Amino acid sequence: MLGRAPDYRTDVLVVGAGGAGMYAALAAAGAGAQVTVIDKNLVGRGGATIMAQMTVASALGEAQPDSWEAHLADTLQAGRGLCNEALATLVCRDGPERIREMGRWGTKWAKRGKRIAQVTAPGHDRPRCCYVDFLNTGPAVAGTLRKRVARDKSIRRVSNFAAVEVLVRDNRVFGLLGLSLDDGKLHTIQANAVVIATGGLTKLYARNSASNNMAGEGYALGALAGATLVDMEFVQFFPIGHLAPRLVGMDPIMWDPFRYKLGGRLLNGDHEEFIHRYGGQDEGTYSATRDLATYAIYQEVAAGRGTPNGGAYLSFEHIGEAGLRDAFGPVIDRLAANGIDLLKRPIEVAPIAHYHMGGLDVGVDMQTGVQGLFAAGEAVGGASGANRLSGNAITEALVFGEIAGREAASMAPTGWYSESDGAAPSAAATPTRADLPAALFELQTLMWKNVGAFRSDSGLQTALGAIRDLRDSLGRAPSPSGPYPLDVADWHELRLGTLAAEAVTLAAIHRKESRGAHQRDDFPATEPTYRRNLRLAWATDQFDLVA
Amino acid sequence: MNAKTDSTATLTIMRGEYGELTGHRFDIPFRSGASILDGLMWIRQHYDASLAFRFSCINANVCRECVMQIDGEVAYACVERLKEGTTHIAPIDTKPHIRDLVCETTPPKERWSDGEGD
Repeated sequence: MLGRAPDYRTDVLVVGAGGAGMYAALAAAGAGAQVTVIDKNLVGRGGATIMAQMTVASALGEAQPDSWEAHLADTLQAGRGLCNEALATLVCRDGPERIREMGRWGTKWAKRGKRIAQVTAPGHDRPRCCYVDFLNTGPAVAGTLRKRVARDKSIRRVSNFAAVEVLVRDNRVFGLLGLSLDDGKLHTIQANAVVIATGGLTKLYARNSASNNMAGEGYALGALAGATLVDMEFVQFFPIGHLAPRLVGMDPIMWDPFRYKLGGRLLNGDHEEFIHRYGGQDEGTYSATRDLATYAIYQEVAAGRGTPNGGAYLSFEHIGEAGLRDAFGPVIDRLAANGIDLLKRPIEVAPIAHYHMGGLDVGVDMQTGVQGLFAAGEAVGGASGANRLSGNAITEALVFGEIAGREAASMAPTGWYSESDGAAPSAAATPTRADLPAALFELQTLMWKNVGAFRSDSGLQTALGAIRDLRDSLGRAPSPSGPYPLDVADWHELRLGTLAAEAVTLAAIHRKESRGAHQRDDFPATEPTYRRNLRLAWATDQFDLVA
Repeated sequence: MNAKTDSTATLTIMRGEYGELTGHRFDIPFRSGASILDGLMWIRQHYDASLAFRFSCINANVCRECVMQIDGEVAYACVERLKEGTTHIAPIDTKPHIRDLVCETTPPKERWSDGEGD
């Protein structure tokens, strides 16, 4: 039972305050709504956007003539036939306006002369990707949005507040139940609309580039509320995530901009180039798509040609000091502080869980099948199909955020239904599991081993059973235990995260082919009959495939 | 990904609630290159899930949440390296203390209790 009145009321509630969530908040406020934006960590400092050190794809036509149709063609090609074309069109068509708007709001896109600099990322047919120097794209975008959100009197920010359950009655959202870390207690918020902007699920994998926020909670929150999930089997592994030596103070994805600017050479443990063996091209050009490069590195390691830590070498030894300094300035000193001298030796890289293509199934208004429940950013499924094109993630965050916020603001007021108890997580008889951080580690190991870049039916079936057992092992919801109870937050995260993990695994079992980021050892070919999207819906205690 | 060694890193952590702090000692395996934050997460995973500290980005040093006192200096746990021997860790002393290594560093306007709902 909920309380007789909510603890707080708002028009639009945005869950997650990364790029998509903050943009949604601004757009909803701009459309006249009173907005509340919550984040499990700090508003504007968590999520994936702030971590992005790389580029943003958009047909600005600054480096050379371009069109959103050309960007769309590359996006659909990368998606291996599975993109939701209506959503991909929005990303490509509205992207330039969002990027220029960010520029007007203060984001200092790198320039060449008077024009915004654009580089060619893998999978693009021309220079289309803009950035902020040096390795500062995400922090600059997040900083611009954070300041704007803070200045907007129609937006209330609530940090350290984790969503636990979306409240729904008769397929209509009316609020949210959440955990405040400030007091360690559950609280209710009534809202006309809820926007899920919680990012992806890469935290569920042992090797990931995620922050603390991205355990797939948004997918599970939406599914439990009655929304459909689409393309959940497609997890993008970024091929050249940092592996060794240990690097602190930098995002493991940082080698991507190095390759855009400088090329560099990708080599196996025998110091040979190898991408060409798998149908791609390297030779210092960085043109192989992410799925192909991931496949190639795994194959080299499996053939005994990996590096000492089980990856590939990335070498910039031939670039020279002047070239490195010119491209990356102070970053070279930060690397030196980590004991890394790119002139002397290569670093080791390997695939790392980076982005989730799947997510909540939405219309062009970003609304799920549940009235008043919207999604934005990585929480949305479908725009990238089986493989996301480099540079589309921040564009998608801004574009989808803008639409979701604007549409959410148009929802009519709802009532408060205190008799609802939704799927309130309390019934389990067993005591709360004590070693919750260890349970997360178990889940990450399980997903990495069995539901990673290469999959088979036996591994996936093993994972499915183990994920369900793990969720059962969590026991009943923990009691409030004072301020900042990380273990209580862990419990809710694992309850939702295991549901997201189950959805990925189940979809992967059902896709009996290899396509884009989903590679099956037992079904290595791409099958024309599988050129369709798989959708899942939660039914009482398990996910079902739906048409 | 980093070579395991037999040596130990000892973390002495000042913890408690609302400024009532006592020292607790944890011996953990030393790994070359690991951060203090890696060590704190290892403690939660192997010894004590209730240990409270703030973190978000884990490795990129962009969220700036994991500020604490490390051997008497205010520093970010994600960029300070674990060392062999003993490291002393305490909450910062310039903000009100909440629990273990967590202080009231959330901006006042962003707290749940700031709203009309509490």
